[in-house]
Amino acid sequence: MARTLARTAARPAPLIGAGTRRKGAFWPYLLVAPALAGFACLLVYPLARSVVISFQHFRLGELIRGGADFAGLANYAEALGGPEFWGVVRRTFLWTAANVVLIMVISTAVALMLPRLGRRMRLAVMSGMVLTWATPVLAAATIFQWLFQSRLGVVNWLLAGLGFDSFRDYTWFAHGGATFAILVALVVWQSVPFAALTLYAGLTTIPGELYEAARIDGAGSWQVFGRVTFPILRPLFGLITSLEVIWVFTCFAQIWAISKGGPGGATATLPVYAFQIAQSLHRYDLGSAVSTLTVLMLLAVLVVHLRRMFREENA
Amino acid sequence: MNRAALNRGMLNRGMLNRVMLNGAALGVLAVSVFPVYWMVITAFKPTVDILTETPAFWPARPTLDHFATAVGAAGFWTFWRNSLAVTVSAVLLALAVALPSAFAVARLRWSGRRGFLLMVFVAQTAPWSALLVPVYIIARDADMLDRLPTLTLVYFVTTLPFTIVTLRGFIAGVPRELEEAALMDGCGRAEAFRRVVLPLLAPGLMSTSLFGFITAWNEFAFANALMIKDQGDRTLPIWLSGFGNVFGIDWGATMAAATLFMLPVLLVFLVLQRRVSAGMIAGAVKG
Repeated sequence: MARTLARTAARPAPLIGAGTRRKGAFWPYLLVAPALAGFACLLVYPLARSVVISFQHFRLGELIRGGADFAGLANYAEALGGPEFWGVVRRTFLWTAANVVLIMVISTAVALMLPRLGRRMRLAVMSGMVLTWATPVLAAATIFQWLFQSRLGVVNWLLAGLGFDSFRDYTWFAHGGATFAILVALVVWQSVPFAALTLYAGLTTIPGELYEAARIDGAGSWQVFGRVTFPILRPLFGLITSLEVIWVFTCFAQIWAISKGGPGGATATLPVYAFQIAQSLHRYDLGSAVSTLTVLMLLAVLVVHLRRMFREENA
Repeated sequence: MNRAALNRGMLNRGMLNRVMLNGAALGVLAVSVFPVYWMVITAFKPTVDILTETPAFWPARPTLDHFATAVGAAGFWTFWRNSLAVTVSAVLLALAVALPSAFAVARLRWSGRRGFLLMVFVAQTAPWSALLVPVYIIARDADMLDRLPTLTLVYFVTTLPFTIVTLRGFIAGVPRELEEAALMDGCGRAEAFRRVVLPLLAPGLMSTSLFGFITAWNEFAFANALMIKDQGDRTLPIWLSGFGNVFGIDWGATMAAATLFMLPVLLVFLVLQRRVSAGMIAGAVKG
């Protein structure tokens, strides 16, 4: 009853006659039809096609001639059976964990720092972060290649100047671990502004009285954060963490632009690996299988994460 | 301990905290700004100053040579035009398709509305990089490889979910009473929308399309996978990613090119600055 009332209240008054009301039955569907068509053709269909290809024998020949034979689970068996795939999986999880942890820790620290700064300093820091945020991915990737250039790069000059002589002319992009570290630095550098500014926006909504009350009760800074700030912002933290997990896990552009997954596969995460085998080996079937597994793993990670959040929320 | 000493002690601790806080703030500022600063500085430095062992942190003799090299590079204007054409058409298409949907979701009651919204939210977080291979194959089958409209379609659908969600928020913000008043005065639904809602929606349309512009302008993965053979159909990100082939080891020109690529995005961000955070949050949380 109450629900019907609310609905009538929320609905635009039936100023229009009964005739138009019948028309209203298909009107909304007509309005969303183009968007539905767009999603169906350009999102659902490619996704479905990818799953289908992952069960087929689909290589260069099939790409050119068309028509592909059903291959059952052969591609999945091949992917899951090889040692390479599991190395990539481990690397992808390491990549995601390193990036997301760094992003969340740094963003939280920056967000907590901002309200304590003077007005001018705060504005300066926020403007700096907006500048970082506005830097296009490809521009940032190019800049980082220049910063870490072996002979003329400013980073090597700085490190050598600080006494780390082994960094003189150090070729970062020839070493797997170093390239991985640069990519982490790049992604963290680009991701912190969104997370920090969003958390800061959330912080400003917490009434000051709560902090005062906590301080009067004798809480230290850590306790204030643990007992007041974090619990209030938990949904926001959860949301940002989930978004970052999705973005970092599926990150492609930065890695491809800088290292194409190299050197020696040291930076090949799942999306990069899937694209590599499809593009250079023409194993579209195996690439699709890896893509499908990637999406499934991402879903699994997020479901675990969301369920834990949900449980904590209810506890 | 007397009171004055206690006060002084607290003052000193307060000052120490102050100094540390501002030091940390300066550190954050330096780390966020330096890479971009270094790009711009390098772009303005004469080549001799770039090729020195000790880098100069201030351009003593600024020059526009590198910008001339970048602009004069083969195909620069073609890539610029391609990027602009693809981006603008994708954004306009997304707006045209999203506007009716956003209206239906914000203003009309129909069964399937929640389902549609859920689909939009899922699409918003779709792992696009996992779709590179199937989109490549579909485009190849449809003879759409190396053609700009393909990219337009891809960018259209990647910006569509976000566009629907934000426009929905803006439409919901227009008071219903205004629309009802127009209906009372004898306007039809469509006319009421066009005359009353649309003008009030202008700022929302503006900022939504600018966000779409940034996304499409920056996109690399699909442009890289779908524009393979034909040089003339590349977009700026692809061109920039191959700077080694274009400029060799001319870092000045490369940084000038990166600066020119970043410029439009920076302008858009300056326009949007206030709405950036709020917009992202509204897009992500409301539902």
